[in-house]
Amino acid sequence: MIQIFLFANIREKIGADRVNFEYSGEQTVADVKRHLIERGGNWDLLASEEVLVAVNQTISDHNTQVNDGDELAFFPPVTGG
Amino acid sequence: MMISVQQHDFDHATEYQALRDSADNDGAIVTFTGLVRDFNCHNAVSSIKLEHYPGMTEKSLMSICSLARERWELGQIRVIHRVGVIDAKEQIVFVGVSSTHRAAAFEAAQFIMDHLKTQAPFWKKESTANGVNWVEAKESDEQAANKWSG
Repeated sequence: MIQIFLFANIREKIGADRVNFEYSGEQTVADVKRHLIERGGNWDLLASEEVLVAVNQTISDHNTQVNDGDELAFFPPVTGG
Repeated sequence: MMISVQQHDFDHATEYQALRDSADNDGAIVTFTGLVRDFNCHNAVSSIKLEHYPGMTEKSLMSICSLARERWELGQIRVIHRVGVIDAKEQIVFVGVSSTHRAAAFEAAQFIMDHLKTQAPFWKKESTANGVNWVEAKESDEQAANKWSG
């Protein structure tokens, strides 16, 4: 299982802050993303190039490898400080 | 290195003193305090709500401070970032750095803030008379962080 965390406007628009994703051999972030977008609704927000992804709490990209048990997070550009 | 992500406010004098108490052979302390502005480009802002990614936030701040340490010879580093609801004009962020010489302390404090703005997973939501809205990332912040690379 992969844990998916969503933050800020992505969390609000999709209507969930945390989702469990059944791992079925996905190789990369892009694979996981494709499956999530197939869920319909506002999940297509993840298709935006603006959306950032972290794998195991480190900023990553589409090609980053994913494994069962990983933690993924999707969020907009950060605005702290 | 002290990093704190917290809801409550901080006292600048206490933080400065903590830096000073451990600044053994250092000749310079630079501190930066960020405040919540009471306006944005369109409206008066009454408060903001800070969301963050627990765990990754601390990890990201640690890594920014470690990068600063690789680049300059630094003594102490203290970083505090508040989360939750913060009223306009209140303190939101503190960065304090000690070093043997002032140039390193000035530059490292700015380096830490520039990277915190573009890398640490915090998101601001503003409350204004016209409702609430998520703050959008600024291109100028990205440029400020990029000037340190290369």
